Amino acid sequence: MIVGERKPIETIMSYLEGSENILLTGCHGCVTVCCTGGQKEVDILASMIELARMKKHKAVKITKITVERQCDPEFLTELIEKSKDNDLVMSMACGAGVQLIAEKIGAKRVFPAIDTNFIGAVPEKGTWSERCQTCGDCKLALTGGICPVTRCAKSLMNGPCGGSRNGICEINPDIQCGWQLIIDRLEATGCMDQYEVIMEPVDWSKSRDGGLRKLVREDIK
Amino acid sequence: MSQNNSNLQTVLKAGKFAVTAEAGPPRGAKPEVVREKAKILKGYVDACNVTDNQTSVVRMCSMAACKILREEGIDAVMQMVCRDRNRIAAQSDILGAASLGISNLLCLSGDHQVFGDHPQAKNVFDVDSIQLLKIAKQMRDDAKFSGGKDVDGPPQMFIGAAVNPFADPFKIQVPRLAKKVAAGAQFIQTQCIFNLEKFAEFMKGARDRGLHEQAYILAGITPLKSATMAEYMAAKVAGMDVPAAVIDRLKGVEKKKQKQEGIKIAVETIQKLKSMKGVRGVHIMAIEWEEAVPEIVQAAGLMPKNGR
Repeated sequence: MIVGERKPIETIMSYLEGSENILLTGCHGCVTVCCTGGQKEVDILASMIELARMKKHKAVKITKITVERQCDPEFLTELIEKSKDNDLVMSMACGAGVQLIAEKIGAKRVFPAIDTNFIGAVPEKGTWSERCQTCGDCKLALTGGICPVTRCAKSLMNGPCGGSRNGICEINPDIQCGWQLIIDRLEATGCMDQYEVIMEPVDWSKSRDGGLRKLVREDIK
Repeated sequence: MSQNNSNLQTVLKAGKFAVTAEAGPPRGAKPEVVREKAKILKGYVDACNVTDNQTSVVRMCSMAACKILREEGIDAVMQMVCRDRNRIAAQSDILGAASLGISNLLCLSGDHQVFGDHPQAKNVFDVDSIQLLKIAKQMRDDAKFSGGKDVDGPPQMFIGAAVNPFADPFKIQVPRLAKKVAAGAQFIQTQCIFNLEKFAEFMKGARDRGLHEQAYILAGITPLKSATMAEYMAAKVAGMDVPAAVIDRLKGVEKKKQKQEGIKIAVETIQKLKSMKGVRGVHIMAIEWEEAVPEIVQAAGLMPKNGR
């Protein structure tokens, strides 16, 4: 799932500067699951904006709408309709949702209320942790199911580096050494002979570096 | 294939115990800083490494400082990290270095940028150190770029890598060495050694696999300036193993005598390493203390040296 975190309120207020009628939009998808941009968070942010404006004796009228997914135009119809009566749209969805709105909405400004951070999973309740860098060429079959691109701070294909200490990455004591995890999994699954196979350089052209990616299904069109 | 000018390779091939040191370039466009270091080291080393934006702190590039060292008559080992350059720049720099007469290349991953003065920089790591070894070897031996096209004028480099016998997990360090040798490493410089027992264990593992005969292993040495430095290294620097006995030994000496004690420890360590099978030389990393190198080399009985 995609994980994000709300931007600081000061930043949000700076985006809203000069606007009175605001359409604040949430998403029932990933941002709801990570408690960042769902209906509840839309309500909370709306209150915070109203409070901030009240303190400055400035008016604001917030219209709230939370849709199934902001990354799919079929769920944006009502949202786009409501935007006509507003000065701008602020979206609490991930970057994909914000951008699809901007693409479909016509001449209306669209602003992000959150920073989209990563694709991740929930290793324990209340914690979301990055797991996938969308390299476009999944190597998990060779590394015991642990991603060297994402879990290693240096994305080494032939790790670990000399900075691995007691299973912890040198850059942050809260980060496990990705290669220690890979080695542990290779060992546990009887695949340690894989370790000495030299992994060749990544084809980064399959990732963001190669340009905008897309998937087309003719049978669905 | 044209001959490489590497003095380091010549010395090692001749079976002599090699000495290399390390020089850190300045944080400005001041070639005279490099020349000063060269003057201190000349005659005491077979070759000298130049670090590559070590600890992710911006310094004069390794290639330029290596060129200056060569002008001063010292065989330079260009350290190249994977943190800052992609495979295009890496191959380009290898061609450039070879064209300037730089004959030795040490392929490293590189410290993460979080440690340096530009933690917001983009982290490249297009290839890792093992892939870089392969790329350098292929350029030299097959006259091919990693993309497949021909190299018109293969770079003659004596190629090396680093190993850290003190990093975790210990059991992977010999297989990692094997990987680097398989990828093309002809010489190895290790992380600095204070724990001789652990290093001996590592060397036994290397010998069991015959790796000491496939690559020249140079043992890393860092003279400790003080007990505080030893404590700092033990606690804060990842991949560093400084036994309590070493720290206590320094603490047991009054502060102004600790530098001398640090040098004594370095010399004693070298003397023990000289007799360890498979160790073909030492790599002295006296960070910002190059003046200690001549004293250590002489006291350890490693003279004469020809820096070329």
